[in-house]
Amino acid sequence: MKSLKKVLALVLVAIFAVGMLAACGKSGGGDEPAGSGAAPGGSGAVAPASEFKAGLICLHDENSTYDLNFINGFKEACEAMGLVEGETYFIKTNKGENEECYQAASEMVDMGCNVIFADSFGHEDYILQAAIENPDVQFCHATGTKAHTEKVANYHNAFASIYEGRYLAGIAAGLKLNEMIDSGKITADKAVMGYVGAYPYAEVKSGYTSFYLGAKSVCPSVTMQVTFTNSWYDETLEKTGAQTLIDNGCVLISQHADSMGAPTACEAANVPNISYNGSTVAACPNTFIVSSRINWAPYFTYAMQATKDGTPIDYDYVGTIETGSVVLTDINEAAAAPGTAEAIEAAKADLVSGATNVFDTANFTVGGQKLDSYLADVDDMGDFQPETEVIENGVFKESVFRSAPYFDIDIDGITILGDVQ
Amino acid sequence: MYNTIKTPLVHITRRKDIVWYRAWLIRILAIVLALILCGIITTFVVHINPIEVYKTMISGNFGTTRKIWFMGQDLATLLIISLALAPAFRMRFWNLGGDGQALMGCFGAAACMILFSGSVPNWLMLIMMFAAALFCGMLWAVIPAFFKAKWNTNETLFTLMMNYLATQIIAFFVVVWENPKGSSKIGIINQRSRIGWLPEIGGNKYILIIIVAIVLAVVMFIYMRYSKHGYEIAVVGESEPTARYVGIKVKKVILRTLLLSGAICGLAGFLMVSSTNHTLTTTLVGGRGFTGVMVAWLAKFNPFFMILTSFLLVFLNRGASEISTMFGFNDSFGAILTGIILFFIIGCEFFLNYEMHFRKRAKKEVE
Repeated sequence: MKSLKKVLALVLVAIFAVGMLAACGKSGGGDEPAGSGAAPGGSGAVAPASEFKAGLICLHDENSTYDLNFINGFKEACEAMGLVEGETYFIKTNKGENEECYQAASEMVDMGCNVIFADSFGHEDYILQAAIENPDVQFCHATGTKAHTEKVANYHNAFASIYEGRYLAGIAAGLKLNEMIDSGKITADKAVMGYVGAYPYAEVKSGYTSFYLGAKSVCPSVTMQVTFTNSWYDETLEKTGAQTLIDNGCVLISQHADSMGAPTACEAANVPNISYNGSTVAACPNTFIVSSRINWAPYFTYAMQATKDGTPIDYDYVGTIETGSVVLTDINEAAAAPGTAEAIEAAKADLVSGATNVFDTANFTVGGQKLDSYLADVDDMGDFQPETEVIENGVFKESVFRSAPYFDIDIDGITILGDVQ
Repeated sequence: MYNTIKTPLVHITRRKDIVWYRAWLIRILAIVLALILCGIITTFVVHINPIEVYKTMISGNFGTTRKIWFMGQDLATLLIISLALAPAFRMRFWNLGGDGQALMGCFGAAACMILFSGSVPNWLMLIMMFAAALFCGMLWAVIPAFFKAKWNTNETLFTLMMNYLATQIIAFFVVVWENPKGSSKIGIINQRSRIGWLPEIGGNKYILIIIVAIVLAVVMFIYMRYSKHGYEIAVVGESEPTARYVGIKVKKVILRTLLLSGAICGLAGFLMVSSTNHTLTTTLVGGRGFTGVMVAWLAKFNPFFMILTSFLLVFLNRGASEISTMFGFNDSFGAILTGIILFFIIGCEFFLNYEMHFRKRAKKEVE
């Protein structure tokens, strides 16, 4: 026993010593790393001024489906333009919605970035501040609302008509409900969907309402319950929220929040899920049906090319199905109802041609009444005063008067449960 | 034969004293070892030249003038909160509520900006914000201090819980004051009018907080080292019965010290809102109340060493962030390197306090 202990000790020492030697060999002398401390500022990222560079600031990192969607789109667009990560394009992750964001933007200006993107709604004020201070650099803020009123020449907002994508995903949900009704699993009046939303804010409301209208277009008896987490990313709350909805009798779940909380809760309870931001089929092979997402690559390409050419960038860019900005992921045939792909294709063609409008006032009621007129707070001046008539020819014109959504009406058929407890 | 006296391979004794250059030698050795281990991991796990990684850490802090200012402001914020905690720790009062106290300071300052903008002149606004921030910070520190002094409750848990309370209160008011509606964010307050913004010195908004931090470090050094209050704090920390015996009013000292602690945290909150961030979010303090614990302890509560230790932590943090940007990782890789370096630095304290004695070879032959 005793000798065994000794041998073990010797072996451990030997392993450690070998490890040390390997380190010295690889890093060229153990004292060198410490020695490099003598030359601060030696490796500043100074590049020729003519070189085109781009930067992206993210609220979280790739563990958040929302940020991952931006990161992937950005990498795709940059690499298509021949940019290299760490040399001519940069990504800063986990930058909070405070001074950190401004600092990240300023540092990117110093790195020589010609165009800088930010992905979170709360980044807006800080990006705007950086834009005012650096008029030669273009700043593009996704999901923001202030560009069209602030009129700072190098500050731009962008969004996509994601409500169209949600609508198409809603059709997949409606067909799944029809399948359940036809197979006798539920009765038509029990076709209740659940929705885990982040905040009771126009972007989320517009999203779930279009999703609901998509489902309703194929399954007229559908109703929906909505609960809010009051966070864009909170895995526990999203999971709890989805579970509460399932316990309430919801037979299909969708979500607008950025973690894997809701999809994994659905997989555990074997309840079908319509996802957002990207496919979750790897983690949820039995329940994932389809996901809508914004593909940011077309916008990144557009803004970078415009910056490069010196042509103006729109104050408010709205990506659509036609520009390839609104896309659906592959359908998971294991969970989707038969014929889903064909039905989505048909509906998509109708949306593109203008034959159907998602927010056609003929398709929904508010308090039992058809809506003829609605004033929305499009000019977001902090006054909370709605000022713009957004219903024209019987259609609520979403993402027309500005890129960020402003549909914030509670329509019949959707029950707001309140916050996740 | 094996029944003779056993000598363990290693035995440990407490060091009586250690000469300063040996202490520094051990510290430097620890950092070198940490860098070597980081080097191994960088080379074998992510296949990058570790020298490049260390260079990136340095350029992340000193790469441009702007970066140096950002780093200075970050350092100053952390230092102020650490300085606030130091006297309480010296008194052996485990104030883990620095985050909450600073956050309440932010809350006090932001509340004034939101509620009274336009109705009072700017100078009065700044005074009101300052007073409100200090008051809120003090309140958050004195509540657990009062319970400790009166009923000897556990201050570690109490101050910790007060952090969560502060976060929830701010989460609530962020919704009350949200702009635009439903967004649950306040954004920059008075971005156009700049009411309640501290003036920039020479067009640089970072100088002020750095000056405040340095002045505070000097004042805190004098206060702890040379004032009667400082002495009382030290005595209470060493032994409460002794303090009582020599006629120190322990309860009074506890309350007074925590009022000071809270006031300085409140000041940090005021500066964060009025001088740099101009907003209110639940994550504004960013865990500095906890990082400050490490800063204060590593420096043994000496305010001047605290400048050094807070620099170390800020340097690692900003360096790690730069690594993720330049090499295209997420923050985890930088966090691993930071963790290793901190592990070695904290671990070397063991070798500063204890001596290792290895079994001599000669003994074995006697056996």
